[in-house]
Amino acid sequence: MTNTPNAIHTAEARLEVLTRINRAAQDMVAPVKPPYPQGEVLSREAILEQFEDRILDYKAGFLRVAPAGVAQAVATALAGETRAVVPQGLDLAWLPAELTLLRDSPRLSHAELDGIGTVITGAAVAISTTGTIILNHVAGQGRRALTLIPDRHICIVRASQVVQTVPEGMQAVASSVTAGQPLTLISGPSATSDIELVRVEGVHGPRQLSVIVVEGI
Amino acid sequence: MKVDIFPTCINDALFPRTGQAMVALLERLGHDVRFNPNQTCCGQMHLNTGYRQDAAALAHKFVSDYEDADVIVTPSGSCAAMIRELYPEVAQWTGDHALAKAVSDVSPRVYELSEFLVNRLGITDVGAYYPHRVTYHPTCHAMRSLRVGDAPLKLLQQVRGMTLLPLEGAEECCGFGGTFSIKNPDVSTAMLADKVQHIIATGAESCTAGDNSCLMHIGGGLHRLRSGTRTVHLAHILASTQAEVWV
Amino acid sequence: MSGLHPQLPFPEAAKSELLSAQLRSNLRKVTHTIREKRLSAVAELPYWEELRVLGEATKNEALAHLSDHLLELEKNVKARGGQVHWATDAQEARELVAQIAERHQVRELIKVKSITSDEIELNKALDERGIHAIETDLAELIVQLSHDTPSHILVPAIHRNRAEIQALFNRELPGEGHLSDLPADLAGAARRYLRHKFLTTKMAVSGANFGIADTGTVCVVESEGNGRMCVTLPEVLVSIMGVEKVLPTWDDISVFMELLPRSSTAERMNPYTSFWSGVTADDGPQEFHLILLDNGRSKVLADQTGRQTLRCIRCSACLNVCPVYERAGGHAYGSVYPGPIGAILTPQLLGMQDHNANTLPGASSLCGACFDACPVRINIPQVLIYLRGEVTKDKGPSVEQLAMQGMRLAMSAGWRFEGAIKLARIGQGPLVQDGTISWLPGMLGGWTQSRDLGAFPDQSFREWWRERQRNQAKAGAPTPSDKSPANRDAKEPGEQV
Repeated sequence: MTNTPNAIHTAEARLEVLTRINRAAQDMVAPVKPPYPQGEVLSREAILEQFEDRILDYKAGFLRVAPAGVAQAVATALAGETRAVVPQGLDLAWLPAELTLLRDSPRLSHAELDGIGTVITGAAVAISTTGTIILNHVAGQGRRALTLIPDRHICIVRASQVVQTVPEGMQAVASSVTAGQPLTLISGPSATSDIELVRVEGVHGPRQLSVIVVEGI
Repeated sequence: MKVDIFPTCINDALFPRTGQAMVALLERLGHDVRFNPNQTCCGQMHLNTGYRQDAAALAHKFVSDYEDADVIVTPSGSCAAMIRELYPEVAQWTGDHALAKAVSDVSPRVYELSEFLVNRLGITDVGAYYPHRVTYHPTCHAMRSLRVGDAPLKLLQQVRGMTLLPLEGAEECCGFGGTFSIKNPDVSTAMLADKVQHIIATGAESCTAGDNSCLMHIGGGLHRLRSGTRTVHLAHILASTQAEVWV
Repeated sequence: MSGLHPQLPFPEAAKSELLSAQLRSNLRKVTHTIREKRLSAVAELPYWEELRVLGEATKNEALAHLSDHLLELEKNVKARGGQVHWATDAQEARELVAQIAERHQVRELIKVKSITSDEIELNKALDERGIHAIETDLAELIVQLSHDTPSHILVPAIHRNRAEIQALFNRELPGEGHLSDLPADLAGAARRYLRHKFLTTKMAVSGANFGIADTGTVCVVESEGNGRMCVTLPEVLVSIMGVEKVLPTWDDISVFMELLPRSSTAERMNPYTSFWSGVTADDGPQEFHLILLDNGRSKVLADQTGRQTLRCIRCSACLNVCPVYERAGGHAYGSVYPGPIGAILTPQLLGMQDHNANTLPGASSLCGACFDACPVRINIPQVLIYLRGEVTKDKGPSVEQLAMQGMRLAMSAGWRFEGAIKLARIGQGPLVQDGTISWLPGMLGGWTQSRDLGAFPDQSFREWWRERQRNQAKAGAPTPSDKSPANRDAKEPGEQV
């Protein structure tokens, strides 16, 4: 604990806070929690359609393709960009042949990442109800900075990774959280509603998000 | 049916016509209306101003005054809400177990007028006739504490000869809030100004609601502006017939 | 305003805020827009009410065994390489942040919007130690650049319209001067200004929306990406979390990921949410400190009625639906927690003896819109009423108290009440003109400032009823309706009064 500032003081505070809380909550009884409410269960096709609808509503790009069409879809999403940072573990067959791959090994500095326009990744799971992609930053997704600093994020999601509800999505990444992995939930491009509560796409995170759903896998 | 009425202190003292209209309406519908003259006030003002011991004393009085009543009907959403929603809290906050028990016994028998008619009796057409243009303000406690829903509107829609005009921002509070209107007169007035403006914009001759305290506030604002728009309690409209129109 | 402490009683503060037409029109526009949006975001989920009940129960469960969950959170954050500190009050929390900054010789740090850090007045304290905290949330940046204070939980600069922000950015941001008033342009300017700071600043401070005990995870919910930047790019991250933010297990988070975005920004989901557990090798800050802050929360927890306040997830839905907030504005509440939730949270955190804060429970017409909107079902009107009782309980005798006692006495029996009505009828005489009262003395003058009052009529309901009973008896009609026990008590009024 040599690293801890003011260690003794904090230990006293710890005891004080815990004592106060124990005294305060002594009469409390934990309630029986109701089960998680269930909505209508959608078909696979309806889930993918809902996911598309939500992604488009966030003003993100959306393409749905067969496995053979992924590279072409990525080329479309690149919109003329010739190079992109690609994390280790992403299926290279998904990438257009002419693309210049930039690798994070050795690690790219923040400044180097800032000079790169596009990042292409996979995802851990996606949620159709909310149009959310979850990254758990394992192979194929890269560390968090990779999907944060470049201005365009192309995210390839397998159709089988798209679940319907929020609890299903969070459950799908439970084991990686337990293993200590960080998570990023992404629902559309960066946005703000801070000026007159008008949603404006594009502040600090990637201002463009393209989602490619690969059918049949 | 034997119906005990609770006109409330404010109607008793300031708006006796509302109690009379409710008596006329309920008797027209064939009920045996009873009034216990020992009743006074539910204690809402005391509680909301921070005097829970005074409120507890009045709560005790209410439950004893209505001990043998089958149903208790009141022309006030906020007084009904006080009894049903807040008496249990008063009992808890004052550690009064006897009151808690008495309250759980009496409160299921307490009805606001419109919910009594629509939800308990299942009547929406009370045979009323009211030849005026009217707009309706849903009062906060009837809407959000009692959840009377559209019971008042269902009753109003059946009134013959009446034009019901929609009110913009109907569900927004008029700014009364009991002593709030006196302790925070500036905010209360700003809320009232918007409510009054919306009422005048409907072109209605009168604004109705199920609570005379809100109507006293709204009416006070309308009168100050010399707008010509009046307020009328829901009970007056429902009591009105071809033979006698209650204003 | 400074932190939690209101400098004026609410009625006075509201009076001066009401004078600002710009503020009122900005607030009216945005609160009405967000109200409609929230209703449609919520209507999309047919099980919304069940979600609210689950959210309420989940928070209650967490609070019931709060210290256990905090200890588990501490254990798991430490196991994953993070450091955990405890602060009983604002001063201790500020000291911890400052010491961490000083140890790393940091003169400048970046911040994600955190009301908890505003609550403890962190920026001012750091400034006094020569450490500059840069706010990176757009609205917080606007507030900081204009030396203003936040007026809303979610959108701290809600009281500023685009024209005001345009002028501010053109004046304050280096290299700008020709920005339009388009929100996209203004957001672009913030991006340019902060980009370099994100990439190069060594230390960041954040709040925490949730802490998850069984995985040692901290969560930040945001929109712009400034949160991701702050929790990812610096070498050192300090997160300040109120002790009530802890959830027992990972399974508990889902319900809040559904409740929070729809209640706050009225979106299906906010653009970005970050979760991290301690330190992740080769990814993000390699030094992480979690500060667990009490600062009055344990006091709130001790109160059976007031403790539900601690369920709050800071969504701000109650502000957006509140007619009082809409007119008075956030600054009138004098605290970083404005609106209905602030009216119950601020006085409880400070203690009911704070003479400015204890006027806040009165800042409500008790219309109940806040309770309906609250995603964790905090019965705000109930707590407001309860706290009003706590305020008067501790007060000495007052005119108001005497008036209430007098009225209660008058209402202790039907005949007494009748006597009081008759007295009032006489007493009002000089005030009545054409059946109307347009002026009242003293405190009651608040009423007649903008409203007339109808005079007491000549006959009360009870007098009418008695007359009717007599007439019916004379006419030989049956009079079953006066209940006999009550009649026994109902003395003839007049002589006893």
